[in-house]
Amino acid sequence: FWGAAAVSLQRSAHPLLCYVAHVTVGLAQNFLPEWTLLGDTSVLAGVYGPAEVKVSKEIFNKATLEVILRPKIGLPGVAEKSRERLIRNTCEAVVLGTLHPRTSITVVLQVISDAGSLLACCLNAACMALVDAGVPMRSLFCGVTCALDSDGTLMLDPTAKQEKEARAVLTFALDSVERKLLMSTTKGLYSDAELQQCLAAAQAASQHVFRFYRESLQRRYSKS
Amino acid sequence: IGFQRKPNIWKVIFETEFIITVEPLEYYRRFLKENCRPDGRELGEFRTTTVNIGSISTADGSALVKLGNTTVICGIKAEFAAPPTDAPDKGYVVPNVDLPPLCSSRFRSGPPGEEAQVASQFIADVIENSQIIQKEDLCISPGKLAWVLYCDLICLDYDGNILDACTFALLAALKNVQLPEVTISEETALAEVNLKKKSFLNIRTHPVATSFAVFDDTLLIVDPTGEEEHLATGTLTVVMDEEGKLCCLHKPGGSGLTGAKLQDCMSRAVTRHKEVKKLMDEVVKSMKPK
Repeated sequence: FWGAAAVSLQRSAHPLLCYVAHVTVGLAQNFLPEWTLLGDTSVLAGVYGPAEVKVSKEIFNKATLEVILRPKIGLPGVAEKSRERLIRNTCEAVVLGTLHPRTSITVVLQVISDAGSLLACCLNAACMALVDAGVPMRSLFCGVTCALDSDGTLMLDPTAKQEKEARAVLTFALDSVERKLLMSTTKGLYSDAELQQCLAAAQAASQHVFRFYRESLQRRYSKS
Repeated sequence: IGFQRKPNIWKVIFETEFIITVEPLEYYRRFLKENCRPDGRELGEFRTTTVNIGSISTADGSALVKLGNTTVICGIKAEFAAPPTDAPDKGYVVPNVDLPPLCSSRFRSGPPGEEAQVASQFIADVIENSQIIQKEDLCISPGKLAWVLYCDLICLDYDGNILDACTFALLAALKNVQLPEVTISEETALAEVNLKKKSFLNIRTHPVATSFAVFDDTLLIVDPTGEEEHLATGTLTVVMDEEGKLCCLHKPGGSGLTGAKLQDCMSRAVTRHKEVKKLMDEVVKSMKPK
């Protein structure tokens, strides 16, 4: 299988709507260069697999999932490794690896532009790329970012400026079947009640993302 | 020739110790059904935690933490550096987690593997989020000189739950750090260090990490050992400070959790914080002032 997805977020003017995204799903050669000039968060994802895996990395009963995240500028560092681990474990929880034992499935993510909510965008791109590649999965997942500012106001899908000024930034990965929490990573201080509030808001917002996945895939498959 | 019926193969396996190597998960599930674990602990029970402060005399601060078999030692060295240009009144805290081949056969020698990098990033995030030290306290002369604290966490024995042990070791070592007084003399514009006058760091919060492992998408157990981490379908680490505020909710993928399960984890983290705080206070009291 192979698949590619480019997920870019455009901030919508209405703060309650989480985002309106453009996804071009398909072969890398078919991508139009215009979308990269939007200046919003864009991540390009490619999936390769099931492919040959090195003997040292092979798992006898499952597929080995690898995630490579390349930042826009500079060499990948410890922060990228940490994010790769988060994305990889999220994908491992949904991909049915037992159907392809002793193989490797590689997800390569390239950050095109970063205007806030980067990890959520990476998660969405990875999910769409896995779907496009036809890798068997038990559910879809989406990434949602929440920011809490100093007076406790919740903002979904913050911009880079809002993230910097926020007291806490929480990123969640939710699954599509029961909206359970698959992955979470947070920055800053917040209380238990605020966590539950953000989680509830993220679960509500994930509906928009899943509906968007469905629409864009329908568009893609209705064309071809 | 009479054909003897073979006995039920599972009965045979259960009868022998073979199950431990062939079906470790099945072996484990039998314990979990009785709400306990092979080492005799309850599902919500931590292993015996011991802490030893100030064991490394050449370091400015050190601590050794043992969580069952998992052993982590933290050594802190303070050195001078120029403050960052975008924040001239701040110092640096640089953590580094090292998982050498000494601690477990799964690690190879060479550049830090993924596990070590993720742990280093986690500790850096905990320091940043919990504001355990105000970086402004580390500044000696704005724009010219500041302290940089190199925190090296080395695992000596890896038996699961490395993040909890590292956070605790870091906290204990930071409490032990004594920085000498530094003055910048006007004539030579050089720093003069007065080793006789030392002061402890101002530790503002006490973040305590509590790790959980998720089994079979439903069961949550606290403080997983190395074996349990390997068999688990997901892990979760909660870092809480004394006011019940969360510094970090680290859940790197794995099975999904509902909001209610998260709530249970939070309450366990609160009780763990109390246990650790009590232990820390006892240790600090026993520390002799230099």
